[in-house]
Amino acid sequence: MFPEIPSEVDIAVIGLGPAGSSAAMACAKAGLRVLGIEKRQEIGSPCRCGEGLSRSALERMGIELDEKWVNIGLYGQTVYAPNGKYVRIDFDEPKGWIIERKVFDKHLAVLAARAGARILSRTEALDLVRENNKINIRLNSGNGTGEVRAKIVIAADGVESKIARNMGINTTLKLVDIASCAQFEMANVKIDSKRAEYYTGNEIARAGYAWIFPKGKDTANVGIGIRKPFANKTAYEYLKEFVNSHPGLKNGSIVEVNCGGVPVGGLLENMVADNFMVVGDAAHQVNPIHGGGIAEAYVGGRIAAEVAVEAVREGNYSKEFLSEYNKRWWKERGNKLKKLVKVRELVENLTDDDLNWLANYMTGEDLINLTRSSGIKRLAMLLMKKPRLLKFARKLL
Amino acid sequence: MIEADGKCLRCGGCVSVCPLDALTLTESGIVCSDKCTDCGICAEFCPLSAIKTEKVGE
Ligand SMILES: Cc1cc2nc3c(=O)[nH]c(=O)nc-3n(C[C@H](O)[C@H](O)[C@H](O)COP(=O)(O)OP(=O)(O)OC[C@H]3O[C@@H](n4cnc5c(N)ncnc54)[C@H](O)[C@@H]3O)c2cc1C
Repeated sequence: MFPEIPSEVDIAVIGLGPAGSSAAMACAKAGLRVLGIEKRQEIGSPCRCGEGLSRSALERMGIELDEKWVNIGLYGQTVYAPNGKYVRIDFDEPKGWIIERKVFDKHLAVLAARAGARILSRTEALDLVRENNKINIRLNSGNGTGEVRAKIVIAADGVESKIARNMGINTTLKLVDIASCAQFEMANVKIDSKRAEYYTGNEIARAGYAWIFPKGKDTANVGIGIRKPFANKTAYEYLKEFVNSHPGLKNGSIVEVNCGGVPVGGLLENMVADNFMVVGDAAHQVNPIHGGGIAEAYVGGRIAAEVAVEAVREGNYSKEFLSEYNKRWWKERGNKLKKLVKVRELVENLTDDDLNWLANYMTGEDLINLTRSSGIKRLAMLLMKKPRLLKFARKLL
Repeated sequence: MIEADGKCLRCGGCVSVCPLDALTLTESGIVCSDKCTDCGICAEFCPLSAIKTEKVGE
């Protein structure tokens, strides 16, 4: 059973996470005919996310904070070294939030619909065929198939993306470039409900970290991300051990279990083909240090949409024309994220001893600045004080 | 060929690391095509150790 769908649109967006809804919204606002397609029966669910969103990320997205999808404002953060030493920072006002993705993602889809996009949930894009300077998409709604033609397809189909590969863009991730994650949403836990906590250490989360993100006064997302070429256990095993060894968590209850992959590298030089663009997780647009991808996906979707709108106005859907999106994305986000991949490569080489040592010298401010080039420089200067770390310092400069 | 057991939560991460594009995430789970060579990378990635391959599995 299909609701009436148009047989032809200007833009078809496949996948309605933050990347897809952002792209659909921006194209619809510019007056294009847009169809947004999501295979899940409910947009945003199940949620595969720690749900952390910083103030700077929100500002980059340019959307209004809405209490409908905000759980908790964060007044500080603490990062623990393996020996329990910590670096903390406090804020007078929230510098980040733990949101509710199930509500947030649906809210973004509603905004796209309100801007004029047609949204179809429980509809999967099966395959794409390029024909006469358009792309035919075969759709499946569970008990029936249909077809739609689009001048441009924007693939926002997340980490499980197949579509870009089908269109000739190699999006295969190397194991070293994807974090393997497991997360519990927990209730009845004893935590600081106003601060995000991160735990480092090779026994705790090899080449990654554990997080406690409060969702309420006694509820939290507790998760682990590791990288598999380095770790010798699964993310789930690390997570169970972390929870059992944490006094505030071990007596809590698990109300939801998630797992997932987060691209933390493998940035794509080319994200377009004729009549085709790829955005968000599907294009590995994620911050490689902390794995945050909500805002990156949203911004990637918007940049792609800007170029798609120009393409439709010019009537030119060629790879050459659309590659303006590559240029703009790399200028606005890619070059920054590429620098952060170097910090990520440092992290995988740090021993527990190095992490404990760093905790003596780093300030909360330094931690926040790690995602900026000034902060990376300062980290490199620090590393130079320890002979073993000199070679890593050089790589950062 | 690989197979995912009942632990699989259908996160789809395995699809993204398959060098041969042999895996697809569907409503009912991971589907493996005959392009698979049992290289085991998907099993290595899986956060829940839900994937068994002929080489990696017991
Ligand atoms: C455990 C974990 C914790 C995380 N924590 C954070 C965090 O705290 N903060 C943060 O910023 N980021 C976090 N991330 C990353 C963040 O969740 C992603 O980067 C973000 O969701 C990417 O958005 P997207 O729109 O690109 O893809 P997604 O949100 O994955 O959306 C893709 C959509 O496409 C749909 N789809 C796929 N194939 C098809 C098809 N063929 N037809 C139709 N629809 C299709 C899917 O159903 C899905 O809804 C976390 C990730 C994980 C796994």
